[in-house]
Order: sequence, then structure tokens, then C-alpha cells
Amino acid sequence: MDKGLTLRDVRISKNGTPMVALDRHIAPGQVLSVMGPSGVGKSTLLSFVTGTLPPVFTATGRVLLDGRDVTDVAPHQRMIGILFQDDLLFPHLSVGENLAFGLRPGGSRNQRRAKVDAALAEVDLEGFADRDPATLSGGQKARVALIRMLLSDPCALLLDEAFSRLDAALRAQVRDLVFARARDRDLPVLMVTHDAEDAAAAGGAVVTLG
Amino acid sequence: MPGRIVTRRRLLPVLPALTLVAMLGPVVAGLYGTVLPAFGHLPAAGLTGPSLEAMRGLFDWPGLPRAVTLSLTTGITTTAIALAIVMGLVAGWSGTAAFRVLERALSPLLSVPHAAAAFGLAFLIAPSGWVARATSPWLTGWDRPPDLLIVQDTWGLTMTAGLVIKEIPFLLLMTLAALGQTDAVRARTIAASLGYGRVTGWLKCVFPRVYAQIRLPVYVVLAYGMSVVDVAVILGPNTPPPLSVQIVRWMGEPDFAARLLANAGALLQLALVIAALGVWRLAERIVAWAGRRWIVAGRRFCGDRTIAAAALGLSATAAFAIAGGIAVLVVWSFAGFWGFPDAMPDALTLKNWMRHAAGLGDALTQTAVIAISVTAAALVLTIGCLEAEHRHGLRMTRRGMWLLYLPLIIPQTAFLPGLQTLLLNAGADTGRAPVMLAHLVFVLPYVYLSLADPFRAWDVRNATVAAALGASPDRVLWRVRLPILLRPLLTATAIGLSVSVGQYLPTLLIGGGRVSTLTTEAVALASGGDRRAIATYGLMQTAAALVPFALALGIPALIWRNRKGLQHG
Repeated sequence: MDKGLTLRDVRISKNGTPMVALDRHIAPGQVLSVMGPSGVGKSTLLSFVTGTLPPVFTATGRVLLDGRDVTDVAPHQRMIGILFQDDLLFPHLSVGENLAFGLRPGGSRNQRRAKVDAALAEVDLEGFADRDPATLSGGQKARVALIRMLLSDPCALLLDEAFSRLDAALRAQVRDLVFARARDRDLPVLMVTHDAEDAAAAGGAVVTLG
Repeated sequence: MPGRIVTRRRLLPVLPALTLVAMLGPVVAGLYGTVLPAFGHLPAAGLTGPSLEAMRGLFDWPGLPRAVTLSLTTGITTTAIALAIVMGLVAGWSGTAAFRVLERALSPLLSVPHAAAAFGLAFLIAPSGWVARATSPWLTGWDRPPDLLIVQDTWGLTMTAGLVIKEIPFLLLMTLAALGQTDAVRARTIAASLGYGRVTGWLKCVFPRVYAQIRLPVYVVLAYGMSVVDVAVILGPNTPPPLSVQIVRWMGEPDFAARLLANAGALLQLALVIAALGVWRLAERIVAWAGRRWIVAGRRFCGDRTIAAAALGLSATAAFAIAGGIAVLVVWSFAGFWGFPDAMPDALTLKNWMRHAAGLGDALTQTAVIAISVTAAALVLTIGCLEAEHRHGLRMTRRGMWLLYLPLIIPQTAFLPGLQTLLLNAGADTGRAPVMLAHLVFVLPYVYLSLADPFRAWDVRNATVAAALGASPDRVLWRVRLPILLRPLLTATAIGLSVSVGQYLPTLLIGGGRVSTLTTEAVALASGGDRRAIATYGLMQTAAALVPFALALGIPALIWRNRKGLQHG
């Protein structure tokens, strides 16, 4: 039925105190920006959507992805990608291995390697496959984190203050790249941010919490 | 696929319970096995209690008052001195270059087994030791060893010194771990800006918080000092020996009456440790009350320089005593004829090593098989517990921490005799497998304590990202979490191995004297006085504990040499 990401009557509370309430549908290719000061429960909302809500919180409501109810599905089977403010590239793996970790299983060694190389080329990082992620610049790390997530073929994208660690010039650039890629693939995007500029750049609906 | 997940869910939450059983089962069983014979119930010998025969026998032993006094004085003095030195050191020097040097020496000093450190100290300060040789005859005028009772002195002073030098690195490590959680740097800065001296400011602002964190390790030191056997055999007085040594002697005698005495003694040992912990707790209250008055009085300096200098001097002395002890063991192990007062032997030879090669080889194999199996089991249980905590939120409470420390606080001499008696009554053979289970009791807490903090400190957003990329919880554990945590994993492994290598009493009692490790062989040589044999076994024991630490440092550096993000983790 409905394509896109639906949060149906989601309510999250901590020790009985209500924190977040949201009832929204995000169509494919659209961005919903959730704004509000820190500590208001924006990241908690995302952890409910990824299925990693810490036990101190209780939540009601459903998460539907392309009409499929994923509320009780294990996090790794939800097909929902997420980007945090830190790149979180795995420090023990090379750039190429990080991407191969994200790439869905299947295909020969060479085919997989070719896909990784093509994905790197797509974001102007040809030949970076054997690099140590710790030696990359902030903008390069952000791009690797983005394509690692895209290689896992997600059906929706979550952004948890994803651009707040980048300096102003880089920020606009990475932000445009992320939104462009999400539109290309028709992904519904749920973004939490405390920066009005992020929301303006996203161009979609804005919800303010707190 | 869903079926598999269900079985995993069933297996993983069982591990914390299994860990508790492995850790506390033998302790509880051992205490039970001690109480029965202590009150005259030993069916294997045709004795059915309850009777007060054994207790009466114990209190009739003429050596008892002295043995009890020794147990109390060595335990309490060791703890007080080691704690004072470590607190003074951290107060006066943390954050300085001198402190970083000591910090670097910490791991190797910590991993030197107690027995080897005790032998080293004996070889240094005995009348014919290295210190006397180096200063004779030009300074002392001695051309033969003076007739002084330094090692095994009646008051247990040398034994206390031997314990202090080994407990300083332990308490220092625990303090450093605690400092990270106490906001110490900022507290010290505030105190300094209010005009407080380095040491006074630290003692008034940081010490109360740090002590709350290291209280359980301090109790471990106290209980250990009161009931240690191997160090007491090597450095402690003989007639009478401390209570713990006498218990082991009784256990070694063939007749049943002595066994009853041993179990009665074990019960008394437990009571003594509990009483000492009570006294210590009371002293904590008094110090807290006095400290509060001292804090509000507002004095900015209190012998800061003196305290700092004394603490640094004493800890450096302790470090040199361990390092020098190992050095003198090395010299003795290669020594040909070495007359007094020569500072070095006439000739260096490989003969000692060749003479003991076969025995050393056998003992090393036995030691390694036990240590590796036990550490592997401890790692599986620990990782299982921590992963269950991560996946299912089965978090350990404050009471859980107590359980973790319980096997380290209840004296070994209190429950191991009972455990041996139980095993014999049940017809179970003593031997290697029971020894491994007994080692696990002591290895598990240390492996858990060393791994738990880094495991929990790991950024769980890594797991969220990996799961969002489609990785199952098992894949996250094996492919992401454990590789990133390689360094703390290997450190925990090294700690586990060195704890197992150093175990004396469990190996001796539960092995029924038939499981010979480097430690039991080395301690057995103590009474013989063959310095060359002692040196080879002591060094081998040290190497068995030290080499894993070197590997734990070297392996991650090698594997992650091209991974900048993991080089200083």
C-alpha cells in the first residue's frame, strides 16, 4: 500500500513521563525535519525507528515501511539506514572493507570489489579502497559513511544531527549530496537537527518538539 | 532463521547465571565442607558430629595466639601502608612526568607473581643477600654473613614488606581506573585556584571519591594479606607460622585429627577476616569524620612536599625491590661458585638451567595447559555476560559487584580445605580438572573486571550503524565489537593467565599435591634453600606471567599497524 515511512501515533515516555509524540507519513523522496533543543528526545525517536530504544524508555505506536509493519522486526532486518553526527567508520577495517561490510551479500569477490570501487568513484574518492579511515579528512569520512549506508540498499534514511560536526562550507556540500542521493533513490528521510538551516535546505515539512 | 534467534536468546541469558555458579559455587561448597569437619563431622573417617573436639584442639594449640596476631598485623599493616603510599603518590604526582614513568612500569610489576617477588626480596635483603654483598666489607666490615634473622623474622616484618611491594602496583592500577570516573583533574584545578597545595587539595577533594571506588579492591588486599600462604612460607616466620600456613601444614598431615584441626582453623581464619573487615570499616568512619573536620578547617597546606617526596621515594623503592629481586634471581640462576661477600659470582654457567630443564619443562606444560584452559573459559563466560547485558539489558547491580569480589575477599584458606574434603568425600579424584575449576573462581573476577569497562565504554552507535547495514547481533559481535576491542581483550587474557600462573593454594590443595605447576614447585623449594634451583623456577614462573603481557602489548600494535584509529585505544 502506502510507499514511504509512516510513524503511526508514536509516543515515547521515560519512567512514565511523556517525551515525544508524533504521527506522520513521509513519502518517498521527501524529508521530514524534526527540530528542537537537545535533550528533548529527538535521538530517542530515531532509536525507536531503528529498533534500538534503550530499556529505560517505553514506546507505543507503529513504524511502517512501505506499508510493512517493522515495529517488532529486529534492527538488522528493518532496512532502515542511519547517519550520525560522527562518521562511525569501523576503525579496524579499511575504507573498502567498511563499504563491503555495508554491501548486501551476494556476487563474486571481484564483482563486490567492483561495486565498492564504483561507489567510491561516484563520490570522487577513486583509489581510496585500501586507505585507513582514520587518515581521511572530515568531508571524505562523511562521504564514505554515506555510500556505506547506501550500499546496504535501505528503504528509508534517518539523519541524527548528521551534519553538525562539519564546518560551514563542508556542511552545505555534504548536505546537498545526501539529499540528492536520497531523492535519486526515492528514499523517505527523517532528519533530526537543532539547526534551522538544515531544515530549510531539506525543503520538506518541519516538526518542532519540546 | 527465526528459530535460530530463539535458541540464541535462550543460551545467552543463561551465561550470567552460569558465571555466578562457576565463581561462587566452589566458594559456597567449600565453606559448607569446612563447617562440617570443623565441628567434628567427617564420615569418611567414621566421625559423626557435631562435637567441639576440633575447636578445642585448635584453641589448645600453643602457637594459636601468635599465629592469630601475625595474621591480623600483617594484613592490616600491609593494607594501611600500601594504601597510604599509593594515595600519597597519586596526590603528589599524578599528571607529572615522574608519574608517567611509574605508570609505564605498572603492568610488568603487577604481573610478577607474588612468590617470585618474595624470593627476589629474600635474595636481596637476607644477611647473605645482594644488598649485604654490595656493601661488604667496605661499608659494613662483614666478611661473612651476619647472624641476623631478617627473612622469616618473628614479627613478620619482611613478609609485610614483601606484600606491600606487590600490593602497591595493584592498588595503583585500581586507583588509576577510579580516577577516570571522579572528575579528578577539574576538582584539583578548582582546589588549586582556591589556594590549596597539590597534596592537600587532592586529599580533600578527590580522595573521598576515589576511595569510594576502590573500597572493594582495598578489602581484597586486606583479606589477602591476612590469609596469604605462598609469601608467608617464603618470607614469614616459622615457629609458629601465620594461621594460614599452619592450616596448610595440618592439611598435609596424614591423620584425620590434623584435618579436623585444619578445618577448625579455616573457620577461625574466616572469622578473623570478617572481624578485620569490620574494624577497617569502623576506621573508615572515623577517618571520614576526622577528615570532614580537617576539610572545613580550611588549611591550604599540610606537609605537601614531605608527603609527596616520601610517597615517591617509597613507591620507587618498592618498584626497585621487585625489579632488583628479579635481577638477583637472574644472576643466581646462572651463578657458578658465589662466595660472600663477592658482589658477583666467580663464573656464569648454564649448568643450573640444564640440571632443571626437564622439571621446568614439565611444570611449564602443566602451568600453561591449566592457565590457557581456565582463561579461555573465563573469557567465554565474561563476553557472554557482557553481551547478554548489551542485548537484553541484564545489567549488573551494585550488589552484583559485591558478588564479583566475594571470591577475592573470602580467604582461600577458609574454603579450599573444605572443598578438598568435599571432593574426597564425594569420591571425586583430585587432579587437573578440579584444579582448573578452582582456578576459574579467581581468574573469572579479574578477567571480568578488566574487560567490563572497555566493553561498556564502546560506542553502541557502532552497533546501531552495523545493524542498520543489515548485520545480525552475532555478526556485530564477531566482526565489529570484538576486533575493535582486541587490545582490552588481550589485556584481559594476559591478566587471566598471570592470575592462574600465580595460584598456589588451589593448585596444592585441590590438586592433592599431584598437580605440579611452576608456582607449587618454586614454593616447595623454599625450605630447601637451594638458591640456584629457586632462581630458575622463580624466573620461569615470572616469565610465564610476563610474556602474555608483552604479547598483549605487541600483537595489537602489529595487527593494527595500518589502523591509526586503534593505535592508542
